[in-house]
This record gives sequence, structure tokens and C-alpha cells, in this order.
Amino acid sequence: MEQTLDLEHSAPQGFLTFIKRWLFTTNHKEIGTLYLLFSLLMFFIGGIFALLIRAELFQPGARLLNPEFFNQMTTLHGLVMLFLAIMPAFSGFANWMIPLMIGTPDMAMPRMNNWAFWILPVAAILLFSTLFMDGSAPNFGWTMYAPLSTTYGPASTDYLILAIHLMGLSSLMGAINIIVTLLNLRTPGMTMMKMPIFCWSWLVTAFLLIGVMPVLAAAVTMMLMDRHFATSFFSAAGGGDPLLYQHLFWFFGHPEVYIIILPAFGIISQIIPTFSRKKLFGYRFMVYALLAIAFLSFIVWVHHMFVTGVPLAAELFFMYTTMLIAVPTGVKVFNWVTTMYRGAISFETPMLFALAFVILFTIGGFSGVMLSMVPADFQYQDTYFVVAHFHYVLVPGALFGAIAGAYYWLPKMTGVMYSERLGQWHFWLSVIGVNLTFFPMHFLGLAGMPRRVADYSLQFANFNAIASLGAFLFGFAQLFFLYIIIQAIRGKGKKASAKVWDGAEGLEWTLSSPPPLHSFTTPPKFE
Amino acid sequence: MSSRTRKISNKKILFSLCFTTLSMFGFGFAMIPLYNVLCKNLGINGKTDKKAYLTSDEIDLSRTIRVEFMTNNNNYLPWDFYPRLQHIQLHPGENILIYFSAKNNSKRQMTVQAIPSVSPGLAARYLKKTECFCFTQQTFKPDQHRDMPVLFHIDPHLPKNINTITLAYTLFDTTNLKQAKLSTQSLAHIPN
Amino acid sequence: MDHVKRFFLVFFILLNLLVTPRLAFAAWQTNMPIGVTPISHAIYHLHMLVFWICVGIAIVVFSIMIYSLIRHRKSRGVNAAEFHEHFFLEIAWAIVPFIILIVIATPATKTLIQMNDNSDPALTIKVTGYQWRWRYTYLDQGIDFFSNLSTPTQELQNQAKKNPWYLLEVDHPLIVPIHKKIRFLFTSNDVIHSWWVPTLGIKRDTIPGFINEAWAKIESEGVYRGQCAELCGTNHAFMPIVVKAVTEKDFNLWVKQQSGELLNGTNT
Repeated sequence: MEQTLDLEHSAPQGFLTFIKRWLFTTNHKEIGTLYLLFSLLMFFIGGIFALLIRAELFQPGARLLNPEFFNQMTTLHGLVMLFLAIMPAFSGFANWMIPLMIGTPDMAMPRMNNWAFWILPVAAILLFSTLFMDGSAPNFGWTMYAPLSTTYGPASTDYLILAIHLMGLSSLMGAINIIVTLLNLRTPGMTMMKMPIFCWSWLVTAFLLIGVMPVLAAAVTMMLMDRHFATSFFSAAGGGDPLLYQHLFWFFGHPEVYIIILPAFGIISQIIPTFSRKKLFGYRFMVYALLAIAFLSFIVWVHHMFVTGVPLAAELFFMYTTMLIAVPTGVKVFNWVTTMYRGAISFETPMLFALAFVILFTIGGFSGVMLSMVPADFQYQDTYFVVAHFHYVLVPGALFGAIAGAYYWLPKMTGVMYSERLGQWHFWLSVIGVNLTFFPMHFLGLAGMPRRVADYSLQFANFNAIASLGAFLFGFAQLFFLYIIIQAIRGKGKKASAKVWDGAEGLEWTLSSPPPLHSFTTPPKFE
Repeated sequence: MSSRTRKISNKKILFSLCFTTLSMFGFGFAMIPLYNVLCKNLGINGKTDKKAYLTSDEIDLSRTIRVEFMTNNNNYLPWDFYPRLQHIQLHPGENILIYFSAKNNSKRQMTVQAIPSVSPGLAARYLKKTECFCFTQQTFKPDQHRDMPVLFHIDPHLPKNINTITLAYTLFDTTNLKQAKLSTQSLAHIPN
Repeated sequence: MDHVKRFFLVFFILLNLLVTPRLAFAAWQTNMPIGVTPISHAIYHLHMLVFWICVGIAIVVFSIMIYSLIRHRKSRGVNAAEFHEHFFLEIAWAIVPFIILIVIATPATKTLIQMNDNSDPALTIKVTGYQWRWRYTYLDQGIDFFSNLSTPTQELQNQAKKNPWYLLEVDHPLIVPIHKKIRFLFTSNDVIHSWWVPTLGIKRDTIPGFINEAWAKIESEGVYRGQCAELCGTNHAFMPIVVKAVTEKDFNLWVKQQSGELLNGTNT
């Protein structure tokens, strides 16, 4: 299906063609590129919000931001990073790599694929526009608890709700596309249990998305109705309940964090075998672990609400289910280590990020186990201990997974090798930065610092200063990444072979680097 | 798979996924009655019943329960609102009539809704109200003062490990709210 | 790699210099306080138990990994092994963590049951969260007052030196007796707040229209400070909690000295 453009009537000649190409493309590689570049931009914007927060928190006392604006930064940082940066990044990898990995020309529904992407910039503009509205941008945290967000929320909240609907629609369309593609379009001979593990991770993620994204949509719709249509879903005055909001939100919210991490697991599971020159250990059990984690993620949501006054029976049930998630997650970590064990390991940049992932994500997992112990959680909840936990699983967790994937697949996508030396700089500065920023936060939480505070008492000053320095170091390190990506897109670097990495296995590595715009138009042979 | 059969299969999966999506959206809304039913039947969240119960005719003299009364004004409501009695010792099954005093201190007519909450939450389903000012919204003229009744009993099936119950009412300003959809029962329509 | 190592050395020295001046007066507290109530003790011990188990598992797993990274590198000329599955190993490292979880779930369950026993209090105090202060009502004694942040604005605006209790001081602290079981009832006037005093081992959300409860039995006299732990608007960071635990005698004296504002129900 070739698109013919009427070149004679477009002026200026190149520019309109360029715009039309990217606006209307249904090609999975181009859409993947759009997702990735969009997510990179959003990552920097969300990062700037974070640096504003850390600049304010560098020392006690009011400095750069007033508390009201501080709360807006906290809220937007969370929303941007989760919905506009990390999730679209993994969608980008899904779009680029899934058809290549299963030997099919494109996703099952290429036009819906285009829509799924282009909704996102609109949602982003909506979200950022709230900063310029009368009143203020949303200032109640990305979790949007009622009644702070309903009765007491600023006017811009309604625009946030619309943006969330749009982002949800985008995720849902992407998820539907991925499921149909993976179930139906695998090349003959590729059974489900022969599918690359990255595809499995996205298959499970897509089902999670379909299960819970609509519940978020329902919750924010109810918020809108409470705000403007005189309903009382979340207001005790009319017989409603603020806690109902939390149940709805976290029923979405907990699977959401697994939606974020599972694709990262998939990427790590592709990278470690490649650079260990050894097949992934326990493929079967890795698949089962993905399924177990996904199933369990539906029955743990109340662990975000332990301090709200849940009855004893609920505390016990959700404590046990939350603790249980450690089992399949542990299985995955052990399998990664065993893959490396007695392999022939090399330390290119993707592998460096993957190794840092295994160690640092596991540390985040340990603080997660600690959080699951309900009595102790009464001391951890809503403190910097929680902030430390989720940043460990999100930053050296999910984000390092995405960065590892970027280095791993950049030569394939662009056709040139990135500078390994610069990659190492990026890696080491990031690892040091991330630990300097987030490790002290464990101490802060244990010492008594609550979260989402614009100012703090003197005993927290030292660790906050270290965290702020670490944050700026980490932010600076990402400039290396930006430079590397720009150079790769410009084609500067050694030409990459089809296989790129000598331990790489899979259909995607049989294509040239970069692959032709239309690949696998005839199904490849696969045993 | 031939391209034709694959296309049919694509559509099938697409429809079931869209159906699932819409169902989960509906599930979000279905959570509300589900949540209320679960809260009521498992007695969690301290929500008491909104329906009126018949007075009890069986008293358990073997134990006494301390019931404390507490009032709250929401959002600086300019009313005096307090229980005429701070606490009472009673037997499960005993019918008790308690008055709460309310006065509208503002200069305008106001409508309020009292929302009950019980602690411990599990005791809520055992606190059975026959008559309560919380069943309906109350409208007071400026400076109007009224004593409002609550007639209730504690179900004798209250677990043995609970012997203190706190019944709290929060008064909310509903003057501008649309008529809240609370099921109200007058004494003439008491279910068995 | 020498110049790189040197760079990092210099960097860390500079980092230290930046941070050291603070050592003089600020704290480097890294752990949870043991606290002064039976519940806070139980929580602390549970926390340490789980922490050390996690450290143990981390040492085992990361040692194997680091060993592997050193010995099984391609640059040493090794050949990769071929194995990629082992059914019984997979089962084993699912079951062993499961057993460890049961080991830590047991004391956790015990403590939770203990925390939920609010019976037979000697004193009941209602805590109401407001934007942005706390209100304390002693239900049986007829005492009712607001507790506001008392840190001077000049300190907040960096125009005066911050005192040691910056952001942790109030005008009217909560006065309670030691050795008595105190039952707290929590609610809110507007949005959800959270009353948290780490040394008492209590954190409860305050929800408008609903009440929550918790109990504490304070073992020693002292001043115990906490903060609001749920984002509640602009001044969420500026509504601290100060609890002053005194002997029963001093408490009764203090009660006598308060005027019974609750007598006529002025609870606006």
C-alpha cells in the first residue's frame, strides 16, 4: 500500500510532504519513532518539573517556589512522567519491535495505531495549558484524591480530566492493537511459547491496560460529575464516600505500576541473554511469572490505603496478597542472574543499564516488601520512604529498562552504532545520580519526613541537600543520552550490521540496520 | 492462517476487547452500588444503614455497651450542634431515644444533612436506627433551634469483643445541593 | 581509566565539602524511632526484622551476580554454558521466599491484631483535621482548642535564623497523661488529612464525614512531634503536631485549668 503524494501542488515542496508523512503514517516503525521522540521530550519536561522541586527542597525555607506552585509541580511531574513519558516510551518500543520480532509487516490495525499516537500530543497540550489557566494547574498530586480534587480542586481540574480520558483512549487503542497483533499475526511456526519474551511482557501488559484503564476513566468521570453535575460519588454530604475514589483509583493504580514495569522486564529479558551469550534461563517460568504478577496485581490495591481505617480482615488479606507478589518477581530476578551465570558476559551500554536494573530494581522491591508489612506501613505511608521505593522501581527500574532498550535497539533502528564511550558516561553518571538522589530518601522517610511537602524541618536538611545534588547530576547525565540519540538519528557513527550484537537472537536481527520501511512482506521461516 | 480467516479472527478479537473495555468502564460505575452493598453487609467503613428498623423487643442483660456520641460541623458550618448526652451505657437490644441539639446561627435559611459514622467500623451494622434526623435533610430558619431525635438499639448479635461504640454525626451544608438521593423512610414504611 | 577515577574522587571530595558544614547542627538520622508506646516498639522490631532479612537476601543474590560478572566475562575467554532451564530449581526458589514471607507475616499479623484493639480507654480525644491546623477535643473533659503552627513567618521566609523546632512547633500542644490508654478519634473539617506522630506509632487519615480510631499508651514523659501526612492543599507542610505527655497528676491539673468550652456546644 503505497501512499502517493501530489508533489506538484505542495509548497514548499519538502516541508508539506514531511508533515503529511508523519501526520498520516500508518507504518509501525514511523509510529514507533513518533512515540519514542515524544516520550523523550516529555521526559525532559517532567524532569524539569522534578528539578524545580529538588531546587526548592535543596534547603529548608521558602526559596524559589511558593507552596501552591510547588504542589502543582509535584502533581504535573507525576502525571507527565507516568502518562506522557514512560508509558509512551514502552509503546514506542512495542510498535517498533513487535512486528519485527514476530515476522509480520505491521501491526494488525495500522490506522488505529496512528490515532493512538496522535491523541497524545493533544493530551499533553491540554495538560500543560492548565499551568496558564486562571486559578492554578492541578495541585492535588497525580493521585487526585477527593475531596481535594473535587470540592476543592481548581478550574483546570476539568481539563486534566479530559487529558486523562485522551491518554486512556490512546493506551487502550494501543493495547487492543498489540493483543490482536500478537495473537493473530505471528509468522507460521512461532507458537505462543516460542514468542520472544518482550512480546509476552507486552501481551500481558495490554490485557492489564484493558482491565483497568476504563476504571480510571470511570473514576475521573465521577470526579467531573461531582464537580459539575451535583452528584455525590465522593462527597459524604450526599451519601457518598471519599474512600470510594481511592478504591476506584487504586484498583486502576496498582495494575498501572505493573503496566509500567512489565515491558521493562521484557526488555531486560531480551538484553541479558544477548550479552551473556546464553539463552534466557527458565523462559517458561518467566512467562508464568508475568501472568502471576498480572493476576496478583488486581488483588492488592488496598495496600495504598492502609492508613485510611480499613478493617482488620481487609488489612490482613491485602497484606498477604501484596507480600505474595514478591514470589513471582523474585523468580524473575533469580532467572536473570542464572542467565548470566556461566555465560560469556560483555558490558556494552545496554547490558550496563540492564545490570543496574537488576540490582537497583531489586532494592526497590525490598522496600516494597517492607511497605507491605501493614503495622510498619503505618510509619512508612505518605513519607519519603514511599517516594524512595517507587522512584527506585520507576527510575533505575522502568526508566533504565527503557534506556537499555534504546541503546539495544538504536543501532537497529538508525543503522549506526552510538558512541560506546559516551554511553558509558551516561551510564555511570546516571547510576551515581540516581542513587545519590533516591537512597537518602529512605532515611528521610524513616526519620519522619512526610511527602508532598514544600518545606521541611531542620533535621531533614542534610539528606535533602544530597538528594537535590544527585537530582541535578542525574538530569545533567541525560544530556549525554540526548546527544547520543541526536547523533544516531543524524546518521553519525559506525555503520551497524544486521545482527548488531554478536549474542543477539531473533527475527528482528535478520533484517538490515535500519530495516526497510516495509519488512517481512513475505512471512519469514521460523522453527 | 489464510489472510481471509485471519481478518475474521482479527475482528472477533477486536470486538471482544472493545466489549471488555466497555464492561470495565461500566464496572467502574457498578462499583458504587457494589461498594455500598459490601460496606453494608461486611459492616466496614462505619456506614450505617439508611433504612429504619423496627424497635427491638429482646434485651440482652448479660452485657452493657458504652455508646459515645460525637458531632462535627463540616467546613466551618455556623451551627451549634451537639449531643444532649455525651455517652450512655446500655444493653444490646435496649431501645434508646437520644436528642441532638442543633441551632442555625447564620442569618439565612439553611438546609443541612447529617451523615453518621460509626467506630469501630464493624459495629455499624449492629447499630439499628428506628428514627433518625439523619434520614432526611433538615431545613432551619435563621436562629432556629431544635432538638432532633435518634431512636436506636444495638443488635444483640454485636461481637463480644466490641464494648465501646462511637456514633458520630457530621453536619454538611446542603442548601445549594440538588436534593440528595438518600433513601428516606418514614415510620409508616418500616420493613420487617 | 586513571583520569576518570581521579575525576570522581575530586567530585566526591567537593560534595563532602558542600555538605559538611551542616554536620554541626543537623541530624543524620537514618532509621525509624523506637518510640514510646507498645505499638511503636512492635512496629520498630517488625521493621528491623524485615530489613535484615532483605539485607540477607540481597547479599546472597548480589554476591552470586557479582561473582558471575567477574568470572564469567567474555574477556576472560570463557565459553557460555548451554543450560537454560531447571524445573526443581525454579520451584525451590519460589517456595523458599514463600516460606520467608510466612515467617515475617506472623509477627505482622500479631501486631495488627494488637493495634486494632481500641477497647477500655482511659481517655478519649477527638482529632479534627482542618486546612491547615489541628483541632483537639477532649470529649469527656469539655476541652476544645485549635493547634496552629507557631514558627514565625520570618523564619519561613529565610529572614531570621531557623530555630531547632522549625515547622515542628505549635501554639497549643496536645497534653496527655502517660501510662493511660488513650483512644483517638479522627475526622476532618474539609479534605483528607493524616495525623502522624512517629514516636507514638500512630498515623490515621482524617476523612470528612467519617471517623477513624487508634489508641496509644505512652510510656514516658516527653514532647512528641509529628506532621500532617496527606496532601491537603497549599499549607500541607505547615500543620505540625505536638504531643506533650505528662504525669497523670500534671494532666489532671491542666484539665482543671482549662475552661470547659464544650459545655454549650460551640463546635464551629
